[in-house]
Amino acid sequence: MTIDHKKLERIAAELRGEVIGLSHRAKTPHLGSSLSCIDLLVALYWSFLRIDPAKADSPDRDRFILSKGHAAPALYVSLWRRGFFSPQLLADYAKDGAALAEQPAPDCAPGVEWATGSLGHGLSVGVGMALAARIQKRAYRTVVLLSDGECNEGSVWEAAMFAAAQRLGSLTVLVDYNKWQATGRSEEVMALAPMRDKWEAFGWESYEVDGHDFAEIRTALACGELPDRTKPLAIVAHTIKGRGVSFMEDDNNWHYRIPNAEELAAARKELGLV
Amino acid sequence: MRNAFADEITKIAQQREDIVLLSGDIGNRLFDKFKEVAPGRFFNCGVAEANMVGVAAGIAASGLRPVCYTIASFLTYRVIEQIRLDLGYHHQRVILVGTGAGLSYASLGSTHHSVEDMGMLRLIPGLAVLAPGDEKELRPAFHAALEYPGPVYIRIGKKGEPVVHETEPNFEIGKALRLREGKEVWILALGNTLPLAMEAATQLGSRGVSCGVASMGSLKPLDTKLLAEVFASAKVVATFEEHSVLGGLGTATAEWLAAQPAQAKAKLVTFGTPDEFLHATTHQPSAREWAGLTVENITQRLASALS
Repeated sequence: MTIDHKKLERIAAELRGEVIGLSHRAKTPHLGSSLSCIDLLVALYWSFLRIDPAKADSPDRDRFILSKGHAAPALYVSLWRRGFFSPQLLADYAKDGAALAEQPAPDCAPGVEWATGSLGHGLSVGVGMALAARIQKRAYRTVVLLSDGECNEGSVWEAAMFAAAQRLGSLTVLVDYNKWQATGRSEEVMALAPMRDKWEAFGWESYEVDGHDFAEIRTALACGELPDRTKPLAIVAHTIKGRGVSFMEDDNNWHYRIPNAEELAAARKELGLV
Repeated sequence: MRNAFADEITKIAQQREDIVLLSGDIGNRLFDKFKEVAPGRFFNCGVAEANMVGVAAGIAASGLRPVCYTIASFLTYRVIEQIRLDLGYHHQRVILVGTGAGLSYASLGSTHHSVEDMGMLRLIPGLAVLAPGDEKELRPAFHAALEYPGPVYIRIGKKGEPVVHETEPNFEIGKALRLREGKEVWILALGNTLPLAMEAATQLGSRGVSCGVASMGSLKPLDTKLLAEVFASAKVVATFEEHSVLGGLGTATAEWLAAQPAQAKAKLVTFGTPDEFLHATTHQPSAREWAGLTVENITQRLASALS
């Protein structure tokens, strides 16, 4: 796709504004976690995934699983902006009876592949989808986005070993490595470093990128498109929790904090939205 | 029973290209024929059962029909969240086949016993829990599981269990199979206790007690029509399972009974493993003795419950 990076940056800024607005309106947490992965989602939805809102259920569509379900607002705003659902659906986010909950339910809206929220499930499911493509001789690719905290879960590494044994070249993992988990520095809670070496050691082809640099993200994603791949691809994306708003960046209070009206306005200004 | 399962799934996979078999690194050579007839549709998922069930969910989401096979205790306890969320919540049509039901692997110790599995899985909304009584019941039960519109757990024995049914019964999910009619006592047998239940009924018969036996191959959904009939007609109804007295058939029957508007004619007696771990070295027959799951004990207790 020939979309330029300036345009991707603009989309990402607007989606950050939407996510902060959702958190403010619905009083829902996990803002920092949503902001750290926005650029990864924009790179996927605007330059990598072969998907079509008009054929959201096509058996040949690329599969994307947001395994870190607590960043659901980032997924919702991306799908809305890509035309998968109406502004009204987004406006009703987290209201009683609405389709879009704080974390997605099965089949809640077009484009949402899997209900996540409990960490450590998405990669196994993605491996199953990639295997199904092989069995059914379909050419779709499967992408799973994990959080670094999620890599605490043993099931992630079970799935990693199995994917390597099955030589699942159509599978790509993105790790949103923002160095924080809910209540502490991820490195202090569980020794995750060296993250890229871990994936390599588990039999994956692995790259480290700046998770806010579209050129780097897209170059790494492109490795997943080479034909006859026999290794799954892991992209360890170094990110900043709360990215895009100076007073939220790398401050873990924004894992749970809800922005008030002034903070929302200040954030929108910083993002160049007013 | 496991050989019958391997044989049946191999036959079906020859006709249906959507059948995929996943195994948790057990069944050495058991599936050689399957691999031959269904190349590319068998996966040894290693000693990583939680991943196996998540993978199966992803495969099912693409319209294929995965079947996961390993030892019942490993397939259920550590995997309960994958079963709950990836299968139950997502309503994925995955069949879980747990081998070594109950105390089948008694000699390997409590790590290998599965006597809480059905109680746990009975709590998952939309998941059917089956325990066929012998290999002749297993084959149609597996076909019924493939037709079921949600996930299914089938708990089977290991090998060499006695065969009770003379021919393959007409197995329906939610329906018990009546093997022997009785007036005074009914034994409701779950899974691999069926042969013992038949023997106990014969012994009670020789003492002049009219005893019926039903195989409760479908624990969930439960055949409440049969329960209504036997509790209205008999004096004693016994549940019999190689499973804890908590959570399984005895509990499910008591739950149903407690919700009935009128006092039932029959009283309920439950036979199952006690609410404790078995630490002693045993084999299946001695483990059954420890739990009181013997023909002698059952015959005696039911005879005295009648008097």
